[in-house]
Amino acid sequence: MRELLDAKKVSAQELAKAHLERIHRLDPTVRAFLKVCDEIALKQAGAAQERIMQGETNPLLGIPFALKDNMVTQGIETTCASKILEGWKPPYDSTVALRLAQHGAVLLGKTNLDEFAMGSSTEFSGFFPTRNPWDLARVPGGSSGGSAAAVAAGMAPIAFGSDTGGSVRQPAALCGVVGMKPTYGRVSRFGLIAFSSSLDQIGPFARNVRDAIWAYEASAGVDPNDSTMQDAPYDSQIAHRPAKAPKIGVPEQVMNEKIQPEVRALMQNAIKSLSDAGAVIEQVSLPMIEHGVSTYYIIAPAEASSNLARYDGVRYGLRIEAESASEMMRRVREAGFGKEVKERIIIGTYVLSSGYYDAFYTKAHKARTLMKTQFREMFSRYDALLLPTSPTTAFKIGEFAGDPMALKIADYCTIPANLGGFPAISINAGYSGGLPVGLQLVCDSFCEQTLFSIALLAESVLGAPKMPELVT
Amino acid sequence: MSFTLEDLKTVSNLARLDLSDEELAQMVGNLNKVLESFRGLQQLDLSGIEITAHSVDTHSVWREDEPRNGLSRAEALSAAPASHAGLFLVPRIIE
Repeated sequence: MRELLDAKKVSAQELAKAHLERIHRLDPTVRAFLKVCDEIALKQAGAAQERIMQGETNPLLGIPFALKDNMVTQGIETTCASKILEGWKPPYDSTVALRLAQHGAVLLGKTNLDEFAMGSSTEFSGFFPTRNPWDLARVPGGSSGGSAAAVAAGMAPIAFGSDTGGSVRQPAALCGVVGMKPTYGRVSRFGLIAFSSSLDQIGPFARNVRDAIWAYEASAGVDPNDSTMQDAPYDSQIAHRPAKAPKIGVPEQVMNEKIQPEVRALMQNAIKSLSDAGAVIEQVSLPMIEHGVSTYYIIAPAEASSNLARYDGVRYGLRIEAESASEMMRRVREAGFGKEVKERIIIGTYVLSSGYYDAFYTKAHKARTLMKTQFREMFSRYDALLLPTSPTTAFKIGEFAGDPMALKIADYCTIPANLGGFPAISINAGYSGGLPVGLQLVCDSFCEQTLFSIALLAESVLGAPKMPELVT
Repeated sequence: MSFTLEDLKTVSNLARLDLSDEELAQMVGNLNKVLESFRGLQQLDLSGIEITAHSVDTHSVWREDEPRNGLSRAEALSAAPASHAGLFLVPRIIE
């Protein structure tokens, strides 16, 4: 697309129109989008085309993209897929939306998610579930399922999601696309509606690693509006060169009966292909991986219970009239939040409450230290760790209804990178029963260039991913 | 450690969440399953381990004490469900 735009063989408006047409044709079935911004897209495409005609170029100029609907866009409804924010139009833009606009990228629309980013299937959206383009009866993963499905179905070449426990990487794996989570502190969270502030990061989806790198580079960089950002060096040249003979560790804790046999088999194939290509791959042990899910499900709900306290019907969002302000707040929160969000707020409030704080919250933070220490020790010996992204392929919509732990285990392989703040990427490793399987690479903090260069190597040996039949 | 209906009522009060009787009943079961999953963590030897509240080293970020523009009052009130004289209007606060 970049070549076509720069050579003026295709205009940004034509590119935008082609994607909008595809969205209107396919999305009634896939339901990746909560909002499609036809007029805004064409206006932005026009502005981008003017810049192209003046000889300007950058990787994202004129390129259409989609944004998960938990990133605020000024004047464009932003809901977090929750009834409590239905109809809300933010008075400001998120930094990521602003940065993409500065690059001349073209916003196609806002994508569906599990409500307030809490979930691993997009089934907890307050409006409707998104369907996996590979099998419409199955989930796309979550919580950024809409963005993943949009890219998988060719409705957007690039999309952004947020990843707190795996919510970019896991749907990327289930939808057969690339999904990446940066080091905590690389991409501004200003305007990302907060779920768990010490874990949240914004990351890109794309159909190949190179596009994901361009998208990451356009969004990353220090922002005075987010004081948790880190001004660490990043070498784009290294990032764009496939690695030569990386040393990679594979934790035994993610190659056992906790992982679907077909997923393990594809991981073994990938390990063999990478070894044949020169990578040095060894089995390692990271026992704390087994405590990742419980550590996360104390920390994330605790932080969420604080972050979601602001939804009270006072300043924005749903309002239900009552005799007193206190009564109004209770009714708003009861009516506006879905079941999963309520449960997580309750868990979070409980683990933070007097008498339980040390038993749960303090313990979880010590476990987090142990997790981080174990991983950092590995990174002193290995360039990267290789894990499956998801323990299973895409499951059926409704398959885990009524089992509160089953969905949470979907994040088993992705959670450690969030707890440690490490950058991680999922790329397609093949197909099982017609469903995509993702391979995950994790590197040490602020080593995005290493992560990308190894991902490029892996992509070159694993082969280009296919498109689902829906769009071919 | 198990979660009772009374615990749930206390916690939901703290969280300002009104739950229906049906929601309360279902949630007790679900929450106990989640608490059960924390059992492994309870058995870890974490003595002598420091807590990690942030995955990377965070530090206070300072700037010069110079006034800056934020949202205008109109922008801040633009999504208000109810407002009056430049203020957010709510039902009676003091009971």
